[in-house]
Amino acid sequence: MKTLYDKLWEAHIVRSEADGTSLLYIDRHLVHEVTSPQAFEGLRLAGRRPWRTGANLATPDHNVPTQNRDEGIVDPIARLQVETLGKNCREFGITEFEMDDIRQGIVHVVGPEEGATLPGMTLVCGDSHTATHGALGALAFGIGTSEVEHVLATQCLIQKKSKSMLIDIEGKLGDGVDAKDLVLAIIGKIGTAGGTGYAIEFAGEAIRNLSIEGRMTVCNMTIEAGARVGLVAVDETTIEYVKGRPYAPEGEVWDQAVAAWRDLHSDEGAHFDRIVTLDASQIQPQMTWGTSPEMVVPVTGVVPDPAQEPDPAKADGMRRALEYMGLEAGTPCSEIRPDVVFIGSCTNSRIEDLRDAAAIAKGRKVAKSIKQALVVPGSGLVKQQAEAEGLDKIFIQAGFEWRDPGCSMCLAMNADRLEPGERCASTSNRNFEGRQGAGGRTHLVGPAMAAAAAVMGHFVDVRSF
Amino acid sequence: MNPFKRFTGIVAPLDRSNVDTDAIIPKQFLKSIKRTGFGPNLFDEWRYLDRGEPGVDSSNRPLNPEFVLNDPRYQGAQILLARDNFGCGSSREHAPWALDDYGFRVIIAPSFADIFFNNCFKNGLLPIVLSTEIVDKLFQQAAGEQALELTVDLQAQSIILPNGEGIGFEVDEFRKHCLLNGLDDIELTLQHVDAIKSYEAARQQQAPWLFS
Repeated sequence: MKTLYDKLWEAHIVRSEADGTSLLYIDRHLVHEVTSPQAFEGLRLAGRRPWRTGANLATPDHNVPTQNRDEGIVDPIARLQVETLGKNCREFGITEFEMDDIRQGIVHVVGPEEGATLPGMTLVCGDSHTATHGALGALAFGIGTSEVEHVLATQCLIQKKSKSMLIDIEGKLGDGVDAKDLVLAIIGKIGTAGGTGYAIEFAGEAIRNLSIEGRMTVCNMTIEAGARVGLVAVDETTIEYVKGRPYAPEGEVWDQAVAAWRDLHSDEGAHFDRIVTLDASQIQPQMTWGTSPEMVVPVTGVVPDPAQEPDPAKADGMRRALEYMGLEAGTPCSEIRPDVVFIGSCTNSRIEDLRDAAAIAKGRKVAKSIKQALVVPGSGLVKQQAEAEGLDKIFIQAGFEWRDPGCSMCLAMNADRLEPGERCASTSNRNFEGRQGAGGRTHLVGPAMAAAAAVMGHFVDVRSF
Repeated sequence: MNPFKRFTGIVAPLDRSNVDTDAIIPKQFLKSIKRTGFGPNLFDEWRYLDRGEPGVDSSNRPLNPEFVLNDPRYQGAQILLARDNFGCGSSREHAPWALDDYGFRVIIAPSFADIFFNNCFKNGLLPIVLSTEIVDKLFQQAAGEQALELTVDLQAQSIILPNGEGIGFEVDEFRKHCLLNGLDDIELTLQHVDAIKSYEAARQQQAPWLFS
């Protein structure tokens, strides 16, 4: 009896040391501009070539501008980094979706969309949100630049197996409660280091009922709970999603693949090192109030009071967060007023997310107190699909800006950033100090909640719409 | 990578938990295509009073006197003492590059984030996990008028206090071996080219869709 993680791990072992350190074969490597230049430079210095060129797929995302693309990248340092990716991909024969390609986008949106992410794969990328791809039953995790170079040179990584955790979410999510609320509630429960050292499998009725997009939102934020790997078992939803995508197998090989993928679930009675259970029906729409994703409350609640926290180190962290966020304990969430709204990022920029946000924005106007409301689709193809559905018009009529795809204000490496003291309702994944711009204050929410905050000018329970 | 040798160094105490990689090296510095030069921007937002930009000389920027690395006692520190979940957040290896470039060689904390922990070893940095009680004691000692100096002996897996008392620590055998000998992972892996090729050939038979 094996867990899904056991099965994926064992299928990829090239060899093992006595202490369990294993050489793990990597099927797919996604590459972006920020964590790869030093790795390519390392290859060049050692006179090496990529082991299997076709296993790599690249696209720039972190630094790319989300408007006026025809003007190129204004920031010369960012431009050099994006150009360096292009140069490296050409030199080593790696496929790249460049900035003017309709398929360009956030690497974690592009992989699944292209079928470059398949069930049963090992997939890595120099980005901690690589766990996103675990939504398709792939063993996917983020790596550093030394490991980017290692996988380029050898198609393998030296790894030790993690412990296993099952997060079982039974019951149904209520109306107006989405995958983002679910994952924020999970992080609130186990803490930002709760998953450290574990590979997490998400299971239960609430997960099975999610679309692949929703599962990706959940797996995406596994790292915010401390775990590198997040997984969901393969089911019909997975197979339907993959079918017909450009990189997916076809014909006889498709049938063969599907037969293999049907085994990608944990066996009945398989052992997990830790099991956490949640009741989906009890989860309310969530928002973060502090500077760590575990600092999260239901939107119907209030900003918590450090004086009520028994752990002194935690209370100290809470006080620091309140000061940074410019908030007072006891303030109702619905009285917190954002200056900026950001809908996008590898967590929430897929077509379903944009539909959820547009459903709230439709026929309404962004509140006058909001300085900027951005919608940044996850890829050129998501943008195209949204435009075909008329979502762009809904957003523009409501007063949102409709942008080109990229990471954008999730980490503010391009021009999209908060000014010091600005408060943002953001569908991204990290509310760390300075994450969206030095001195910026981030509240993480789902896409419908972000759109609702935009039109009301304050945070609000989206179920009241 | 240089072999990791026994050394004695000053401890800088950074007393906050969940220090994330955005704090260790803010995003604007990730635009560099080099591996070096990140030291002056380590903890940039906490360390300086103005906003740091890449390509700007940091030597004349206004320092935040409240920040631990600006305390005269801790100048030249090679050991960073931290709290739980150090290095959480992104996978950016620029974080260990910045710590290394600044001059740190060891980071002591009750727990580390997984990706950061792993990235340290790839860069000759040794992250050491000690119990919360011991870390608390070290914080008390490091806050004294005289900076605390510790000796780190990886071979013996021991930290030696000024009074000669030793504190043992755990380290993965394989990682210890690589650090002590300054071994390059890629070289090690390429010793197994035949194993990789035979794995690939067998896998291609079983799962041809992974190789198209």
